[in-house]
Amino acid sequence: MAEYETVIGLEVHVELATKTKIFCGCSTKFGARPNENTCPVCMGMPGTLPVLNKKVVEYAIAVGLALNCDISRYSKFDRKNYFYPDNPQNYQISQLYMPICTNGFVNVTAGEGSKKIRIHEIHMEEDAGKLIHDDEEDVSLIDYNRAGVPLIEIVSEPDMSNAEEVIAYLKKLKTVIGYLGASDCKLQEGSMRADVNLSVRPVGKKELGTRTEMKNLSSFRAISRAIENEKKRQIKLIENGERVIQQTRHWDDKKGESYSMRSKEDAMDYRYFPEPDLMPLIISEKWIDEIKANEPEMAEQKIERYILQFNIPRYDAEQITSEKKFTEIFEETVDLGANPKKVSNWIMGETMRILKEEKDEPENLNISPKHLAKLIEIVDNNTINSSVAKDVFLQVYKNDVDPEVFVRENSLAQVSDAGELEGIILRILSENPKSVGDYMAGKKKAIGFLVGQTMKATKGTADPAMVNKLLTKLLNGYGN
Amino acid sequence: MKNLTALELSRKIKEKEISIKEVLDYTFKSMEDNKDLNSFVLEMRDEAYRQAEDVQKKIDANEELSSLAGVPIAIKDNICIEGMRTTCCSKMLENFIPTYSATVIERLRAAGLIIVGKTNMDEFAMGSTGETGYFGPCVNPINKGYVTGGSSGGSAAAIASGQVKLALGSDTGGSIRLPGAYCNVVGIKPTYGTVSRNGLIAYASSFDQIGPMAENVADAAALLEIISGHDAFDSTSLNKESYDFSGFLNDFAGENTINGNALNINALNENALNENALNENALNGNALNINISNKIATNEIKVDNISNINNLKGLKIGIPVDYLGDGLDDEIRESIYKTKEILEKAGAIVSEFEMGMFKYSVPAYYIIACAEASSNLERYDGVKYGLRAKDYSELHSMYKKSRSQGFGAEVKKRIMLGSFLLSSGYYDAYYIKALKTRELIKQCFENALNTYDCILLPVSPSTAPRLGESLKNPLKMYLSDVYNVSANLCGLPAIVFPAGESREGLPIGLQFIGRRFGEQEILYAAATCEAAGRGPESKAACEAHERGVV
Repeated sequence: MAEYETVIGLEVHVELATKTKIFCGCSTKFGARPNENTCPVCMGMPGTLPVLNKKVVEYAIAVGLALNCDISRYSKFDRKNYFYPDNPQNYQISQLYMPICTNGFVNVTAGEGSKKIRIHEIHMEEDAGKLIHDDEEDVSLIDYNRAGVPLIEIVSEPDMSNAEEVIAYLKKLKTVIGYLGASDCKLQEGSMRADVNLSVRPVGKKELGTRTEMKNLSSFRAISRAIENEKKRQIKLIENGERVIQQTRHWDDKKGESYSMRSKEDAMDYRYFPEPDLMPLIISEKWIDEIKANEPEMAEQKIERYILQFNIPRYDAEQITSEKKFTEIFEETVDLGANPKKVSNWIMGETMRILKEEKDEPENLNISPKHLAKLIEIVDNNTINSSVAKDVFLQVYKNDVDPEVFVRENSLAQVSDAGELEGIILRILSENPKSVGDYMAGKKKAIGFLVGQTMKATKGTADPAMVNKLLTKLLNGYGN
Repeated sequence: MKNLTALELSRKIKEKEISIKEVLDYTFKSMEDNKDLNSFVLEMRDEAYRQAEDVQKKIDANEELSSLAGVPIAIKDNICIEGMRTTCCSKMLENFIPTYSATVIERLRAAGLIIVGKTNMDEFAMGSTGETGYFGPCVNPINKGYVTGGSSGGSAAAIASGQVKLALGSDTGGSIRLPGAYCNVVGIKPTYGTVSRNGLIAYASSFDQIGPMAENVADAAALLEIISGHDAFDSTSLNKESYDFSGFLNDFAGENTINGNALNINALNENALNENALNENALNGNALNINISNKIATNEIKVDNISNINNLKGLKIGIPVDYLGDGLDDEIRESIYKTKEILEKAGAIVSEFEMGMFKYSVPAYYIIACAEASSNLERYDGVKYGLRAKDYSELHSMYKKSRSQGFGAEVKKRIMLGSFLLSSGYYDAYYIKALKTRELIKQCFENALNTYDCILLPVSPSTAPRLGESLKNPLKMYLSDVYNVSANLCGLPAIVFPAGESREGLPIGLQFIGRRFGEQEILYAAATCEAAGRGPESKAACEAHERGVV
């Protein structure tokens, strides 16, 4: 069997975080009642006209600048015509001929080092509504709340060759766009949607193979699996002497396989033409400069600042800035007076560990800086010991509890009253004559068991150093 | 009442010589008497009387109102009025009730005009005769065997028969001017972007423009002034400080000068676009800087007195002779030359010249208009509003059946043509070529309008055809737009005015086309021709009045 390499390009749709829709004043808020956020314009009523939301253009330019794109000084909207009920006008206002941004790139770190992924273009367009099929009533219902929500589509060049690079690229987009505040980029909620264009070719061959486009990828894991699956499917076809057909495929994550939605032969003719209801967009240098000037602090800048200002290791700074949410928790907690390195430790240690364990996304984090600062404070002043601190943190992570209240209500405060501890230890010693005997006989290791018993008896709240000290003292005096 | 202009009527209402209710009683009686003309597809009696009460109260309280306050007006049925059935004279929208009103409707109401009904038209404004609508053909009041012209046929007929003195029409490729010419009515197709399209049900977005129709130039100008102005709901609406179209006309007998009332050109080319002031103007390739104000100022045209035959002194008018070749009725050509004499007597400098690109205007227009229409009419699918066929099996059968049953033949033809023209493989060959042609035609007009203040043209190659005659020969119908589509292709203002009648007694209308925002010059030229005795007092119109139609 020949060696194959995979060639992947991505089309990423990102829902912009504007307050209102792209062509009307309706709210973009998620979770409203069906068709609550609609008006004659986004319902496609006869006689209505689109009016472009300036913020959409600003976000698109900001993302373009952050992704090293050329910003078109003259840009236009086009109509993409196709009949489907989720699309109230039966055409989508998009950009085909003169997109707002072209010719960019990002560097991503995947595997052994850095790779440059080129960006072909970024264009602006409107989202469609949602169809809900009611099998019981045998009807389809339409919710136009999402119709007209602004999107940008970021089209990469086919510069990726495996799932790892694809995910690194998507994470990079997510970070950059998140920092800009242009979108929250949630794959699960659909505010970021990635379509994977994939082809394979024998290693060494220059021309590209026939590609397929994979849709419905709603997690990094699904993307990974779909890429693996599609790569194998295409190689198998070629090995069997069959042809890869250019088609759009739908990924079924439950079954772990994809099926064809439509092939090129019955591909739609979208009859694109310039949108006559909107004027061409002429973008001034001044406007671009303003957007540049308003660009928020990005990851690279934060890393340098954290090292300088908070004196934390570069590694820590890099880890924290990998997600905007981490930086928010970090900065706000430090602002409350917590020690930066200790905050960093909580983020890099427990936070990332639990996130991984729970397969959760950082943007869902619900840890309030106030509570994290408090946790650090009560560890510092020995109210709780470090192992109890981890249990308390889990509660802060899960329910954002107030650590002080939680510790009090669950009697988790460290027992560091020597008299009280001595009483407990004496009881333990009398209950464990064998261990005491072993210790006296010279097996010093036996003290470990006795420490454990003491911690158990205090439900872990004892100060371990003090327990050790007291035990040694008492044992040494025991025989006397 | 029948001999009053709309401006005079409003004055009498304000002076309390007549109440709005009395005017409405007269109007609805006249609408009742003229049912056979099929001018109206919806009477808004209750609404009108209710509105009349409000306006009358304001008048009684001596509130300041517009020059046309209290005057009844008819609205073409492709302009949305909240809560009032708006059909575009299509079965597709037979029961459609808009949830919002067009910007022009809001403006009319704010100005105190009384909306009395919706007028008949060609289906979705697609037609040049007034015969393609679902509710049957519009009938020409001057001779009932003839068409009104289209697509604003009902609006023209309602005025020509005296049912109303004012109406709104819309003009995509001559839809105000053709019925104006066939019915002896004045109509204005404003500069693209002057009147908001918000609420005008689109046919071809880059051409559509709402415009006033009236018995005379002064009334039309006053109405244009009311409906003009920037609208944040229409990105193609232009942002101009003032739209003073009638000031100088009101003072025909006075001493006002044109330059005294000249448009404030400084604010002119600031394209408005949305509130965010995002886009700059695209029409005419961003070259809006036609500095007409200077020109007017240096020409020193004085409107001392309408009876002063020198009142067009210095105005340069061009007649494109290549537009007057084969296919044009001799009688209409003669009328052009008679008008030329009138203009020259009034002091204008009239010259003949070659415009160029004449034969390309109709093909370019129909390609672009059908392409845009095919997309604009996609929203009528039976899903959200309008007709949904009953006997469908699944989604695509619902689409097909609803659209097959909802649209008439002319509309289907243009949708199919437009869809074909935009299809991959044909887009460059037809659509792009048509856009290029449009640019060339624009250049021809721009060049001509660098030399001339306005251009005199026929409106139609012949007078009104008989009812039923044209639909058999669609190509001839499309060619009847040959003089009209250029103004739409170029976004230029045009005015149709009565210019006599044929030996058969059918009206002849001519048009002036002006520079972008050159409404003043064309209004002035048309008013001069009207005053020279070719206005509504023409024989046919007089007869219509005598017959007691009014």
